[in-house]
Amino acid sequence: MKLEGRNLTFSYEEKEGEVFNNVNLSVESHEQVAILGPSGFGKTTLCKILAGYLEPDSGQVLLDGIPLPKKGYCPVQMIWQHPERAVNPRLRMRDTLSDGQDVEKRIISELGIEEDWLNRYPQELSGGELQRFCIARALGRGTKFLIADEISTMLDLITQSQIWNFLIKEVKEREIGLIVVSHSEPLLQRVAQRRIQF
Amino acid sequence: MSCTSKRHILEIDELSVSFLQYESGKSSRQIELPVISKLSVSVHEGEIVAVVGSSGSGKSLLAHAILGLLPYNAKVAGDMYFDGELLDEKKIAALRGNKIAFVPQSTTYLDPLMTVGAQVRGGKEEDKKKKQRGLFKRYGLKEEVDGKYPFECSGGMTRRVLLTTALMGDPELIIADEPTPGMDLALAKKSMEDFRTFADEGKGVLLITHDIELALEVADRIAVFYAGTTIEEALVSDFGSEETLRHPYTKALWRALPQNGFQPLPGIQPYVKDMPQGCPFGPRCSLYSEKCQKEIPIQRVGCGTVRCVQYAGEPLAVHSHHHHVREINDREILPKRRAAGGQL
Repeated sequence: MKLEGRNLTFSYEEKEGEVFNNVNLSVESHEQVAILGPSGFGKTTLCKILAGYLEPDSGQVLLDGIPLPKKGYCPVQMIWQHPERAVNPRLRMRDTLSDGQDVEKRIISELGIEEDWLNRYPQELSGGELQRFCIARALGRGTKFLIADEISTMLDLITQSQIWNFLIKEVKEREIGLIVVSHSEPLLQRVAQRRIQF
Repeated sequence: MSCTSKRHILEIDELSVSFLQYESGKSSRQIELPVISKLSVSVHEGEIVAVVGSSGSGKSLLAHAILGLLPYNAKVAGDMYFDGELLDEKKIAALRGNKIAFVPQSTTYLDPLMTVGAQVRGGKEEDKKKKQRGLFKRYGLKEEVDGKYPFECSGGMTRRVLLTTALMGDPELIIADEPTPGMDLALAKKSMEDFRTFADEGKGVLLITHDIELALEVADRIAVFYAGTTIEEALVSDFGSEETLRHPYTKALWRALPQNGFQPLPGIQPYVKDMPQGCPFGPRCSLYSEKCQKEIPIQRVGCGTVRCVQYAGEPLAVHSHHHHVREINDREILPKRRAAGGQL
């Protein structure tokens, strides 16, 4: 499969001008691609557009030539930079996890999520523990592309390497295309084969 | 706690923090959940000390304990000294925001109903305005950012705003809790340069981070945190190779660096409710033995310290004063018990 962004232009408010203008990119299912750009360029905004959270002012996001579905499970899933802001604070983790599309037990255990954590609320978990749930949630059976926006900046090295070693194995096995945003050069050398520089 | 005789700005001696929690939703019985136990760390003048550890190891709680920002159900034991003076609740309240500045971790610490410029200024005076604009400019925050509300700022912008709040005043000590995630490399470097300049003026920085790479670049010493306690304090130069490091966990951290093999150590840090006896790292350690199940004292090895039974270094000389338990809500003023000669 192929995920494409065609002539994407976006602005939050008209008077402030465009966040970016006429951006094009294309990623295949078998690829792990890094997106690089300075702070404030709009990398997160671009991720949100590619995952269908935001509509571009002009341009299109196409999956094998077809626009992303408006209903049902989105085949492009995004993992956010701040897991504490990506979960409902009033739901137990078990319910948050079920927001994803029937996540396999295997994924939950490979991510090191403990049974006991499922009964807790987000504020009772650390950032690294929460992020594991957010990753599991994004790996439903229908996921074809995964966008990882600075997902390990808040994690310690051991957790970072655990999570990335798992993710790389998972996306390769399932032929999920991966888009990575990160500021860490050594990390990108490990996880991305190709770079798109803005 | 290292090979220096410089003045201590901050000294934390066997700090423990626990939370009182209801045992279950139905029961009214309360249990104590220890989240930090016997943590010792110090910052000397001119020093940047990094506290590194995995998420959930109690790093942020350390900052909150120093600043007296823990919630009402927290209980604190152990002593903290600022500039040689024992800290109590009143002193902390007087120091924070003045002599001690704080850069919080979460970008949700900003007031959502106030523009970021006004929050950083903290007053209408012209010189404050000038200083804030200067700092914003230094961190590449354009003039229109002054009038933005927190929700309108990107992750990296918010980090920069939080950082400038600490540089506005005239502190002796900056406690920075994960100040750089989301900043690009150039900005992260710039903020670390500012910390360096600040420390070089005879002040101190306690940098709390999970980012060893960052810590290695700017810090003088690194205290490694695991499951709520310091397991090793080492000079930055000790991180040059695996061999010069002391604790098995620190060595595992070293090997997990993307440039040193990206090797994941299996397992997770134990949760406070099921903390093992003795060494908290025991269940994941290849050198685990029966000896590790007892309480393990801190030992000095070279210019650092380690909490591991493999080392038969000299035991650390603990301060002569006694420890006491202190409730966070306790209003009583504790007597000064710190003699000038009490430093290591």
